[in-house]
Amino acid sequence: MPKIALNDVTKSFGAKQVLRGITMEVPAGKSVVVIGGSGTGKSVMLKCILGLLKPDSGSIKIDGVEITTLHPWQRESMMRKFGMLFQGGALFDSLPVWENVAFGLVQGKRASKRKAQPVAYDALAKVGLSPDVGLLNPSELSGGMLKRVALARAIASQPEIIFFDEPTTGLDPITADVINDLIVESVRNLGATALSITHDMASARKIADIIAMFHDGKIVWQGPASEIDNSGNELVDQFINGRAQGPIKVDVKRA
Amino acid sequence: MLIFASVGRLALAVFAIVGSLSKFLVQSVLSCLVPPFFLRQLGRQLWRIGYNSLPVVGLTALFTGSALALQIYIGGSRFNAEGIVANIVAIGITRELGPVLAGLMVAGRVSAAIAAEIGTMRVTEQIDALVTLSTSPFKYLVAPRILAATICLPILVGIADTIGILGGYLVGTRSLGFNSAVYLKNTVDFVELGDVTSGLIKAAVFGFIIALMGCYHGYHSAGGAQGVGKATTNAVVSASVLILASNYFLTSIFFGE
Repeated sequence: MPKIALNDVTKSFGAKQVLRGITMEVPAGKSVVVIGGSGTGKSVMLKCILGLLKPDSGSIKIDGVEITTLHPWQRESMMRKFGMLFQGGALFDSLPVWENVAFGLVQGKRASKRKAQPVAYDALAKVGLSPDVGLLNPSELSGGMLKRVALARAIASQPEIIFFDEPTTGLDPITADVINDLIVESVRNLGATALSITHDMASARKIADIIAMFHDGKIVWQGPASEIDNSGNELVDQFINGRAQGPIKVDVKRA
Repeated sequence: MLIFASVGRLALAVFAIVGSLSKFLVQSVLSCLVPPFFLRQLGRQLWRIGYNSLPVVGLTALFTGSALALQIYIGGSRFNAEGIVANIVAIGITRELGPVLAGLMVAGRVSAAIAAEIGTMRVTEQIDALVTLSTSPFKYLVAPRILAATICLPILVGIADTIGILGGYLVGTRSLGFNSAVYLKNTVDFVELGDVTSGLIKAAVFGFIIALMGCYHGYHSAGGAQGVGKATTNAVVSASVLILASNYFLTSIFFGE
């Protein structure tokens, strides 16, 4: 049984149809990376799986359980299986770093702060951050540190499934590679299932077991990461080689 | 045909807002009543909404009470009724000016702050992050603010009533030549319990409105910094208008024939 299974999922915003029948499976313990251009619906798909958006039609199952029809209290307990690294980190400004990392344990799992604090510092250590970072405010962190803290928060409660939303966007290549290594290591150590979305091909090659290509609200190719260079799909070839010419058209208004 | 289309669009937009606000209201009230309760968050909001609003509410009440005493004295002198200053200041402050002006001042300060804070959390995905961390944004963000504002406003208005009457007393005894003991006796004799309690009940309603509008507009903000700015403006304007409108209806209920 796949850990995550999407079947013919559609989602529209007004007249604009963003997801046009997504069917995809994420096997347990595997890392699936979804690539594709901006505005193709990758983040919308992720938000539908997380329950932040409700799909118009189709089925989304986690461990065989249909989640689109769950009651809010059932969804809250389902959320305990998830960890999420947001593109901008989404750390809580009002809390110091260690409380951000411990948040899922203290508020979500009702652990005491005394018990959650060492777990938070352990998670910070796993992403290469020293204990003194724990007392800083999120506004005092650099971009790379912020992503590490966000990763620490995502793994602190030892989730079964981790989502990564453009984990390396806005980082220099070296820091991005460090983050990629940490993602691979964290997912492997937890034995978790990972679903990532990214534009960054270096990141996709490093963290993916399976790559899926999104275009125009659909998955146009899916296969092992090792086969991405020989996909035989023009859309994939254009995207991974970053060519302006090809079947994917980007509208540019000229004066 | 064009005019029908415009009216139809407007009607649909109004229904959409009313529906969205009603759903938000029900979710907010349920979050205030159903555990888990985030008591630390409630304590923090009691401090921010209640204690931090004391200076602005106190100063507003002081100057309003003082100005009211002067106006009543000048107006009353036209028909030889200067002696009613203490009575009218007390009734005016406790029934109307205390709750309404405190409500409007707190709306400007608190509703804007709530909308800006929650709006920023919305556009930076912090609210989505709460959901992924198994925490209901309604219980963690909305309920503590609504409870805190509903608890704090009556206390603030109680203090505003006292300071407003004190402002009238100071002007009356220092500038207008009233005898201190007589002024106080007139105030105590004339004010009834219903005058004060009606103002405190109004204040609780205003507190609820202030927090609800701040949370609603912040929660639904979109579009970055501009969206947060718009949410903040909408929160203050809608809270202020709703305070004035509900004040009329509450006054009709409490004192209408």
